Amino acid sequence: MNVHEYQGKEILRKYGVTTPRGIACFSVDEAVAAAAELGGSVWVVKAQIHAGGRGKGGGVKVATSPEQLREYADAILGMQLVTPQTGPEGKKVNRLYIEEGADIADELYIGALVDRETQKVVLMCSSEGGMDIEEVAEATPEKILKIYVDPTEGLNRDEAKDVCSKIGIPAVAVDEGADFLEGLYQAFVGSDASLAEINPLVVTGDNRVIALDAKFNIDSNALYRQPEIVAFRDLTEEDANEIEASKWGLSYISLDGNIGCLVNGAGLAMATMDIIQLYGGEPANFLDVGGGANKEQVTEAFKIMLANPKVEGILVNIFGGIMQCDVIAQGIVAAAQEVGLSVPLVVRLEGTNVEKGRAILDESDVKLQTATTMADAAEKIAAAVKA
Amino acid sequence: MSILINKDTRIVTQGITGNTGEFHTTQCLDYAFGKDCFVAGVTPGKEGQSVQGVPVLNTVAQAKEQHGVNASVIYVPPRFAAAAIDEAVDAELDLVICITEGIPVADMIKTRDRMRKMGSKTVLVGPNCPGVITPEEVKIGIMPGYIHKKGGIGVVSRSGTLTYEAVHQLTQLGMGQSTCVGIGGDPVNGMKHLDVLKMFNEDPETEAVVMCGEIGGTDEEECAAWIKENMTKPVAGFIAGVTAPPGKRMGHAGAIISGGQGTAQSKIDALRDAGVHVTVNPSEMGSTLKAAIAAG
Repeated sequence: MNVHEYQGKEILRKYGVTTPRGIACFSVDEAVAAAAELGGSVWVVKAQIHAGGRGKGGGVKVATSPEQLREYADAILGMQLVTPQTGPEGKKVNRLYIEEGADIADELYIGALVDRETQKVVLMCSSEGGMDIEEVAEATPEKILKIYVDPTEGLNRDEAKDVCSKIGIPAVAVDEGADFLEGLYQAFVGSDASLAEINPLVVTGDNRVIALDAKFNIDSNALYRQPEIVAFRDLTEEDANEIEASKWGLSYISLDGNIGCLVNGAGLAMATMDIIQLYGGEPANFLDVGGGANKEQVTEAFKIMLANPKVEGILVNIFGGIMQCDVIAQGIVAAAQEVGLSVPLVVRLEGTNVEKGRAILDESDVKLQTATTMADAAEKIAAAVKA
Repeated sequence: MSILINKDTRIVTQGITGNTGEFHTTQCLDYAFGKDCFVAGVTPGKEGQSVQGVPVLNTVAQAKEQHGVNASVIYVPPRFAAAAIDEAVDAELDLVICITEGIPVADMIKTRDRMRKMGSKTVLVGPNCPGVITPEEVKIGIMPGYIHKKGGIGVVSRSGTLTYEAVHQLTQLGMGQSTCVGIGGDPVNGMKHLDVLKMFNEDPETEAVVMCGEIGGTDEEECAAWIKENMTKPVAGFIAGVTAPPGKRMGHAGAIISGGQGTAQSKIDALRDAGVHVTVNPSEMGSTLKAAIAAG
């Protein structure tokens, strides 16, 4: 689950990490009032959307007067913000964050994530703040220093101080830098994060170390013990179909193609997308109905796929193990009838009770083609969509 | 021969009194030597009950002491599953297979760290996996038993149904399996592809290996490097997720391309470079292995 920058900063402050003072706003008037409350003469108006690269798309502006702040807030709030991460259609800005200006002397980068190989949290630290860290990793990997944190010992302070000075934090601020890393690590663990990225972390003119931006991604398996973070969820930032799917225990992700696919199991679902493309089609979604899908879930899965206007055909690929093919076949027939299926449908069933399942499909009134192998299915749906 | 499990394995089901635990234990009891192998169940506080004739105890340690179990399979709910692994590790079982899906990553980091620091010899498979099967001997997990056939092909995969697809193709082509291992789709887990490959390479009964990978992480790349230097048996591979967009989690928590790492193409390239016969067509996993064996 993703959270907004201002929410990420709330998490950070809870663990003692310094951030600029700021106020989240939903209207231009609130933004102007927020600036007055913060005081000072320089404010940053920041679009709050769940995507990075906001500055590049014009979603972050520095205002030096209340009038200018009003002008920027008015321009950004409600805009369709296009960044390198949003796709060409962009994302509508519904929230602003008004933050006090910072006196930036140096911009650095700190990211925390789970390293799969060592099975530890790793802090990635770099002098190259404010840049796309993936580009830094590509071009100058030596500029990224890593600290692997022992899960029981915690962050080693000497190591943290050493890395802080190596990435350019001045000697006078190295202790504060180590505190920052400690706070970030605690925030990461305490919030069950899977990613926490501070880009940039800045050293101010008076040698303070603060988080100028914050990006958090939270492990959705741990949300049951993170009620404060669940409260941060902003459904307007999520794909409506993905939300609907999750209500039914379905794992759904929208893609750009025109062939909807319904599969049991994540690996087989990805493989089905791949084979659709291999036979000249384009998958419209990833959809895993899980190991024990029932008729209701299959019906909802059909509704969700068909809600996508781009869908011109559907491929169902089920390998029945525990899930029996005859039960799935009944679900497909019922679902197709209930939603009034209007696009070509190809069904490939294999596994437990497959003969019974195929018989149910053959005897039904639903217009569909059956397929024996994945290749057969992909070829048939690709041809049906092109026809 | 086979790897990890055979008809002499003695198994305890942790979480046997839950619906999932009972259902799958029943299926496993009915498969081949299942009734000899599944000798105990554990659910804290339910000692004295029995499920399908299998006695229920309070702890794994009791199951080991009273029934000589050396392996466990875990179906307990996600928030208690890491503790269930810890319990099986403390009882010094040889093998723990955790089927449970949805365990917080932070819990698995602690459990794996604990295993390393205590120098545990327990082998963990999973979590979030279909389990392990040695065909016509014993099945520990949720895979459909009847699609398997005894033979010389080792199968290792991160996914459930994709493994069934591979196994089904092999069986259809007359190629039986020595052991099939589902290592699971989570980012922090027990056995990796590489650990399983090494065992297959050592196992005299395994003649060739099918490996199904997917996007995310660098496990397959590490396998490729090892295969190139060490593997003496033919390997066929498939990597799911060529069409998966970066930054999106495709069902499995581990199946995500991040920071330009873990793409299907980089894995395919690395495996091909190591001499693995990689197919991009999931309908051809079986026939690709057949070709790999023919090529030597």
